[in-house]
Amino acid sequence: MNKDYIASLITKNMREDGRDLLEYRKPIKIEYGISAKSAEGSARVIIGDTEVVAGVKLDVGEPFPDTPDDGVLMVGAELLPLSNPEFESGPPDIQAVELARVIDRGIRESNAIDTKKLCIKPGEKVWLVFLDIYPINDAGNLFDAGALAAIAALKDAKFPFYDKKEEKIDYHKKTKEPLPLLDEPIECTVLKIKNGFIVDPIIEEEKAMDARLTVAITKNGNICALQKGGEVPVTIEEVDKMIDIATQKTKELRKVLQ
Amino acid sequence: MYKKRFDDRKFDELRPISAKTGVVKRADGSAMFRIGNTVALAAVYGPRELYPKFLQSPEKGILRCNYNMMSFSGAGERVRPGPTRRSKEISLVMEKALLPVLDLSDYPNAVIDVFVELLQTDAGTRCAGITAAAMALADAGIPMKDLVSSISVGLVGNTVVVDLNKEEEDYEEGSVDIPIAMTPRTNELTLLQLDGIISKDKLLEALQLGKKACQEIYKIQQKALKESYSVAGGKNE
Amino acid sequence: MGELIVKDKEIVVPGQELAVGMDYLPTGGAFRENDKIISCQLGLINISGRLIKVIPLKGKYIPKKNDIVIGKIMNMSFSNWFIDIGCPSEAVLSFVNTNEYIDKGADLAQYYSFGDVIAAKISKVTRSSVDLSMKDGPGLKKLVGGKIVNVAPSKVPRIIGKQGSMITMIKEMLNCRMMVGQNGLVWMQGMPENELIATRAIRMIEDNAHLEGLTDKIKEFIENENKKLGVKNVQEKI
Repeated sequence: MNKDYIASLITKNMREDGRDLLEYRKPIKIEYGISAKSAEGSARVIIGDTEVVAGVKLDVGEPFPDTPDDGVLMVGAELLPLSNPEFESGPPDIQAVELARVIDRGIRESNAIDTKKLCIKPGEKVWLVFLDIYPINDAGNLFDAGALAAIAALKDAKFPFYDKKEEKIDYHKKTKEPLPLLDEPIECTVLKIKNGFIVDPIIEEEKAMDARLTVAITKNGNICALQKGGEVPVTIEEVDKMIDIATQKTKELRKVLQ
Repeated sequence: MYKKRFDDRKFDELRPISAKTGVVKRADGSAMFRIGNTVALAAVYGPRELYPKFLQSPEKGILRCNYNMMSFSGAGERVRPGPTRRSKEISLVMEKALLPVLDLSDYPNAVIDVFVELLQTDAGTRCAGITAAAMALADAGIPMKDLVSSISVGLVGNTVVVDLNKEEEDYEEGSVDIPIAMTPRTNELTLLQLDGIISKDKLLEALQLGKKACQEIYKIQQKALKESYSVAGGKNE
Repeated sequence: MGELIVKDKEIVVPGQELAVGMDYLPTGGAFRENDKIISCQLGLINISGRLIKVIPLKGKYIPKKNDIVIGKIMNMSFSNWFIDIGCPSEAVLSFVNTNEYIDKGADLAQYYSFGDVIAAKISKVTRSSVDLSMKDGPGLKKLVGGKIVNVAPSKVPRIIGKQGSMITMIKEMLNCRMMVGQNGLVWMQGMPENELIATRAIRMIEDNAHLEGLTDKIKEFIENENKKLGVKNVQEKI
């Protein structure tokens, strides 16, 4: 019932909460170091009523055999039942896996982390970067908020002290050395509802969606990851338009990250 | 002898505390409780239908707690996601700590879910979780005969202290950790656990300190619950 | 002598002492323990004469007989529909209790199907079930089209207003059909832009339920919004 209502509003260029179709909710805020005592890096992102936290833990371990002198990035997401009455306890379901993988691709494919600099001893010891994303309040658009929290947490991260002789990390001693970052990908998800395009959907809009396209954009404005969702196909012309919207909107989000 | 605390507190002094309700808007009730560097979030969903059905009770509603540490919230290595024996036991004792004050007779066949997430930890996480959960339950409008306030007391070296932090828990000459929860109106214990060796005298001394601390925490809980509504209407910015 | 510890309209928390002595009587949201009256809810104090009540600020809907509720068809068997009315267990509507005659063995989905929204009256509440009926009372029917807004059940009286004054005003000013369920579901149907204003008006009532003179405020709000909309429509035409 509400799906038709949302769609009929959008065809009239209107939205439930009074925003323009291509306007993000306010405020958009990033808070760094929300778990500074425990995590090596952490951040909270607020977009309207949506709140997501992300944290980085660093460890030292073996590299993958095919990339012996590269550090390892592992991105996880858990759709906490705390954040949405529809999420259930248990191992990450397919939605959580998709969220983590789309965010992972944005970071990995933009070469955001200089993994060569994470090598301690080729083939034996490299830094492992664990990045975990948790929604606190899911009021829509976890993709964009999650991706923003992820890159913010990476920016916030500092190495713990590593004793090369003992080959041990002292987590209580944090250095001032940040993670070697080469890029800061930002993601924007554009939804298609009937013939209208919107960004930053609230839950009811997500439920009324025909299609969505998540676009990750690098600092230079290149596309570094795409993910199409929803049950309705889109034309190449529509993709063209959606990418233009995403490119434009990621510029706004990038300002918040600085 | 442990004569001076690592963080210069008095032996009966709590770490700085902040508390807030209504922090998870989608939940039916929610609260944040921070004590020192330990930050707990609690959200309540329900009463809602309980599945699987054989767990339902036609007499009254059921309370289900779920305690979880975020993967980055541990002091050392990353905490692997998913339940552990420790988190399951804590979830269980949390339920037992909260259940005595709840009146769930109006909610047959239903469940009240309490989710507790730790964002940052520095000891006392189950106590912070219980304190936050009690506030979240009240915020959700669940009938309760009383609130529940929780704190850990114990021995560091041979000194009785309240609200141990991680450094004190790891004290090289030994420490005893006694997490407790109390109903602040009737001063009854709903959680009592103990790790370590302690004489009965010291234990009772610690419990008295804990009782006083719970009263302090109760005042903070009360204030936070009232505050979120005295500004009601200002919500509509 | 009995002593009152709290003031009228004060916010209290569970476990808080409200009065000492036997002069006062607890009604909703409070209980007696020995000579004390104690709150069992986060809520607003309401004192009338010797009666002390705590009006909850939040909380889920608890079904009561004769309440009119709005619900969504979640499932059906060969003789019943199962309906989500926002409380923990689904309510049941038997095919003999609708507002029309249905042959035994008919396909119930032809009448009300999955996802349909109906208005019905609670005819019976037991520990194990909530029964609905659409037999007596105007407006007890399937609600077609429009949209649903969720509000806290405790705020429903303010949304309806004295003798329905608030809801009637909103309906008339915005030319919307509306129905308020005691379970906190509000159904409305009109032009989408009017539904939007009605939704915001309802949210305003919800957030300001404790204020006096709310009807005038809402009236002013809708007038302003209508004006803005009028301007927009004119601009579009130019």
